[in-house]
Amino acid sequence: MELAERFLLGGIIVSAFAVVGDVLRPKGFAGLFGAAPSVALATLTLTLLTEGKQYAALEARSMIAGAIAFLAYALACVYLTARRHLRTGPTTVALLFVWGIFAFGLWSIFLR
Amino acid sequence: MRIRIDIASLKQTRWHDYLTRFLLGGAITVATGLIAKHFGPVIGGLFLAFPAIFPAGATLIEKHERDKKRRAGIPHTIRGRLAAALDARGAAMGTIALAAFGLFVWKLLPLYNAAVILTAALAGWLALAILIWRVRKLHVYSSVTRPRR
Repeated sequence: MELAERFLLGGIIVSAFAVVGDVLRPKGFAGLFGAAPSVALATLTLTLLTEGKQYAALEARSMIAGAIAFLAYALACVYLTARRHLRTGPTTVALLFVWGIFAFGLWSIFLR
Repeated sequence: MRIRIDIASLKQTRWHDYLTRFLLGGAITVATGLIAKHFGPVIGGLFLAFPAIFPAGATLIEKHERDKKRRAGIPHTIRGRLAAALDARGAAMGTIALAAFGLFVWKLLPLYNAAVILTAALAGWLALAILIWRVRKLHVYSSVTRPRR
């Protein structure tokens, strides 16, 4: 039941931010919503209800490392699509490993 | 450049695109919860900023732009990729505000009302993201319009 609630809440919040991003112009501004705290809001809300504030605060601290990794990922996407003109779909999926390297690299240095 | 709302752009998006983003959003939220349960909140928290739906959104933007050019009689274009790159650049700016969101929640959540902190963090994310975008625009235009000597 908890998983179903999590799925539903996550889906609704993420979709809502995506729709806002779709209708905003110019495109560069709408892109900001690609890094909206949608998953964070859904997860933190449910975590607060089940695990409490300290647990949620710890998740939020790690989120900073995740956001820095997202920055590295997004910059890599800009470089490969704008400069190298690689196809967006495969490139943005393949580059998710960049996020992993940075996120777990920062975790092993600062959070472990 | 003014920020505006273009409701008509929703017509370009098909129902399965919305479904894809809903499913991805739900899946990453479930995955984040399961990861936190098995590996703890420190590892699980990393995934609060995982770019789960970014590839789907960027691919959609490329497709819309490519289709628009095809309808205009231009079959081969890199315009779609450039539009996706613009979206990624916006997301890169948004990540700075995302990190600030995390910092705000980390420091203040244990001290104050949770609903107030999450609402304030969201408002702060939006305000900071807009500020970064505006500063970046000013920088771009000032360097472009600067007279050559």
